[in-house]
Amino acid sequence: MLNRLLSIALLVMTVSVTGVWAQEIDRSSTGGAQNLADILARQNAQKVDNSFRSDATGDPSIAAPTTENLGTLGGQSDPELWRALRFGSADVTVSSGGRVAEVIMQDTGSAWLQFREGPLLSYGAYILGGTLLALLVFYLLRGPVKVDEPFTGRTVTRFKAVERFAHWLLASSFIALGLTGLLVLFGRLYIAPLLGKETNALLLEYSKLVHNSIGWAFMLALVMIFVFWVAHNLPDKTDIKWFAQFGGIVGKNHPPAKKFNGGQKIIFWSVIVFGSVISLTGVSLLFPYEVPIFAQFNPLMNQLGLAELIWGNTLPEAPLPHQEMQAAQMMHTGAALVLMAIIVAHIYIGTVGMQGAYDAMGSGEVDEAWAHQHHSLWLEEVKEKEGAAPKSATPAE
Amino acid sequence: MKALLLGVLATCVIGVVAYYGLNNAGWSSQDVYSSDNVRLD
Repeated sequence: MLNRLLSIALLVMTVSVTGVWAQEIDRSSTGGAQNLADILARQNAQKVDNSFRSDATGDPSIAAPTTENLGTLGGQSDPELWRALRFGSADVTVSSGGRVAEVIMQDTGSAWLQFREGPLLSYGAYILGGTLLALLVFYLLRGPVKVDEPFTGRTVTRFKAVERFAHWLLASSFIALGLTGLLVLFGRLYIAPLLGKETNALLLEYSKLVHNSIGWAFMLALVMIFVFWVAHNLPDKTDIKWFAQFGGIVGKNHPPAKKFNGGQKIIFWSVIVFGSVISLTGVSLLFPYEVPIFAQFNPLMNQLGLAELIWGNTLPEAPLPHQEMQAAQMMHTGAALVLMAIIVAHIYIGTVGMQGAYDAMGSGEVDEAWAHQHHSLWLEEVKEKEGAAPKSATPAE
Repeated sequence: MKALLLGVLATCVIGVVAYYGLNNAGWSSQDVYSSDNVRLD
């Protein structure tokens, strides 16, 4: 399930950004300027290397002296100046507004809007809808995972109160953020036509308020669960056996597991990795233009060759302030949609999908029969610790 | 169940504190990207 989700996520990012490069175009007939072949290539959705335009911005250092013909132009023609403005290489000075105001025009806004209103919405709906459908089919075919042995009535403490608090802080904030995020993402498309633009506007206003404020609770809880559980979620050899037997979800075997099994470790690291990406890009979006993250991220991706591998092209090493915001929005939403799908599966297995699983986060106490079936190695550890407790302890009188 | 309710309550409290805290600290977009010179209200 997770592999499939990750593949879809990668496909979304790759297909949406990567196109087929056009063959090298001969521009000798136009003296190096754009010609019909460029236009046709773009119409065929092929990518065209724009450097013949972005680099053609004149060179003041080789300008003819003012005493010569054309000398007063300063080595730059009007088209060259406009190209420099369009591709962000013009030397613009503004009296106020900083680097944001220095950007006179930027053409990545159109590509971002097309992605925002196209693949991001459709693939987002596929990921969430597909996950819900897959879980429904799985439930109908497999049903809940039952505890084979009868309940003993003896319980062990699975999670302490502070761990459960951190979990529910993360869960409640994520659900609020997810719902308000979906309203912002899909509101114009689905709510406005159904309930009217006024209702949609009202929902968006409150969604934005809730989304911007509750993000801090999510970030705090993310740090808490990382500190509490990272040591228990480091991969080890028991995970191999757990995955080999499909975690007992498929088939009759119940592989041994420590406090967290292989599947839970995947959930944990997904939450940490995607949650960190969402948090980082979220902070960047909360304080527009103040927290540039892609100026550091893009050069790293280029150096590692990952940009070429995923997007088929290098990423801009010094993105414009507006590009920072666009990239942050795409990454924030993309990561959130994938994490939502993973969490839906997590909610399923923690509630209707597995008998007795909710108790671990509800009361914190689980029956020994449940613990023996799903986390036998952890139960042994707990029993050993209980057995090794100092016997000199006497009850207070 | 107590932990669940506390978690939800803490989410609400943090949200309210963050909203008023950041706005009072002058972090709203209105404060950052505007001034009295260009606003009508």
